Amino acid sequence: MQFIDLANPTRFLSISARLMPVLIGATLIAFAIGLYMAFFVAPPDYQQGETVRIMFVHVPAAWLSMFCYTIMALSALGTLVWKHPLADVSAKAAAPIGAVFTFIALATGSLWGKPMWGTWWVWDARLTSMLVLFLMYLGLIALWQAIDDQIAASKLCAKVILVGFINIPIIKFSVDWWNTLHQPASVMRLGGATIHPSILWPLLILALAFSLLFLVLHLAAMRTELMRRRVHRLRRLAADSRLQPRKA
Amino acid sequence: MTMAWALFKRDVGLGGAGFVGLIFFLSIVTILPFGVGPDLNLLARIGPAILWIGALLSMLLGLDRLFRADYEDGSLDLLLASGHAMEIVVLAKVAAYWVTTALPLIVAVPFFGFFLNLEPPAIGALVATLLAGTPGLAFAGAIGAAVTVSLPRGGMLLAVVILPICVPILIFGVSATLAAYTDPDPFLPPFAILLALTLFSAVIGLFVAASALRASSR
Repeated sequence: MQFIDLANPTRFLSISARLMPVLIGATLIAFAIGLYMAFFVAPPDYQQGETVRIMFVHVPAAWLSMFCYTIMALSALGTLVWKHPLADVSAKAAAPIGAVFTFIALATGSLWGKPMWGTWWVWDARLTSMLVLFLMYLGLIALWQAIDDQIAASKLCAKVILVGFINIPIIKFSVDWWNTLHQPASVMRLGGATIHPSILWPLLILALAFSLLFLVLHLAAMRTELMRRRVHRLRRLAADSRLQPRKA
Repeated sequence: MTMAWALFKRDVGLGGAGFVGLIFFLSIVTILPFGVGPDLNLLARIGPAILWIGALLSMLLGLDRLFRADYEDGSLDLLLASGHAMEIVVLAKVAAYWVTTALPLIVAVPFFGFFLNLEPPAIGALVATLLAGTPGLAFAGAIGAAVTVSLPRGGMLLAVVILPICVPILIFGVSATLAAYTDPDPFLPPFAILLALTLFSAVIGLFVAASALRASSR
């Protein structure tokens, strides 16, 4: 099967329908293992105590929030360069999911920050750039809703997505460029992770679980968006045929 | 090129938000001491940031009209059909916008600076950073204006769309100004980054705004 075959929305719908149960099962299993390890296998931190377990939600959500925007940027390229018919559907479906992941990362970070840093929020470089990412997701959702013409909306949103992509490396490297309150990268860094394996493994399994969850949600949202467009088109055809009765 | 010059002259002649923008800027500066209190030391410390934010808001004020008027009366379609590079059109319009909106503010900044108890070096640095940074804001704004050109109420969306480009310009504009008169920090590094950001925004802004205009009007 070629990648290009997926360009046919009907084929995409049938393939994704077959994939969905498998993915949902894998997501549930990964979450079950990951959560069990996070709660019962991983030891409490010697300084932070039990609050360190917030990390098992916070870090995967933050990774996924950036991964989701990267998917949107790739989809935007697909829209503008290859005019792939599903690219716009993919970008549009990813935006609300990314917004929720960003919100989860910000909210859990805030809950973690109160006991550890003594404050709910600081204008730290990492936190601020994540807030900008959150605003960008919301702005893109609003932009999609504001433009009626579907083709114009897909092109314009794709351009805005690509321009906003500069925020992603800023988020990633903000902890290195401005060494402020948020701790620097300790898993995805040159020279290996600096986390003890007893905490690293649950984290990685939960990251896998979150990625699978993203995949499931993204596929479901894409299917919904495709069907919404189909309904829209059928409604318009029905309205047209009512206006101009077909001559026998 | 003659087309670009003619467009520039026409847009400057139309005036844009120049005078209203100036009044708006003045009202932001005036309302600030009511909010934070008339403590002159505090005002001197946050003054540069206030003037920068005031300039940013004043520039946003008229931005949604940058291409809208031309879109509505059809001149944008004529410009698109004329075969000239759309990037040149955007450049001419952004330049005219900057001359009518940002330049009056920068000329007025020395006067407003005295309201906020700023010393002459701070005012000098403020004028320099605004001269370097506001073109970047204008180019970034062109992207937002072009993307939202066909929307009846695009003004609010516009601000969100260009936020990721405006934030770094604001950060380095203010930090360069503060560095100019707080002793240990050097002025040049943040100022050089500010210039780089403006150039970056000019390149991105011209091409993205031009292609968004082509996509918007079909």
